[in-house]
Amino acid sequence: MRVSVQGERFELGHEAEAFAQANTSAGAIVTFTGIVRQADQGGLVAMEIEHYPGMTHKALTEIAQTALERWSLRDALVIHRYGRLAPGELIMMVATAARHRKDAFEAAEYLMDYLKSRAPFWKKEVLADGAENWVASRAEDEDALNRW
Amino acid sequence: MDILYFAWVRERIGVPREWVETSATTVAALVEELRGREDRYAAAFADLSALRVALDQELSDFDASLNGVREVAFFPPMTGG
Repeated sequence: MRVSVQGERFELGHEAEAFAQANTSAGAIVTFTGIVRQADQGGLVAMEIEHYPGMTHKALTEIAQTALERWSLRDALVIHRYGRLAPGELIMMVATAARHRKDAFEAAEYLMDYLKSRAPFWKKEVLADGAENWVASRAEDEDALNRW
Repeated sequence: MDILYFAWVRERIGVPREWVETSATTVAALVEELRGREDRYAAAFADLSALRVALDQELSDFDASLNGVREVAFFPPMTGG
């Protein structure tokens, strides 16, 4: 299991390939990637991601550890960036490796649901006109935890 | 005790962290104490339902005891992913 909280960019292809090659006995690999969306209107120029350095790695590790045990995963990977990101940049990725795809898919969804609402990250949109908006949490994200 | 603020809570209060001498025994009592200090605290803590709290880097709640706690963090609901 690897958890990385980093300012630097990462390469999706490289990370996915390395994860797959490290888990050739798994049978199923699922990856999910979050990307800074180019706004339809309003001209997003950047997404600023703040986090709680002392808590972030620990919170992500606990979430990943729970997923590993609950779905008997072979492996899990979580990468999450912080700092100022431009539209089109990758924010984060998760990967899961399991014997069969159902476990890999479910564990990846679990990781994402918990990561969105329980890992200490906050996003601020910076618009072309200089306006800055903190992205509000959504009730659906909180509700999503109830299914687990 | 060390108090940390994140996202718009940090912006409203104006500092990312500060050391506070307090005899408050619960998070709620600490919040009351801070609210009484200056308007910027009152503004940041106006609606507790819009806030979350972590004690020594574990999510907690406003009824929790501060006994033995070294670091308190206040922030809005997380928006990772």
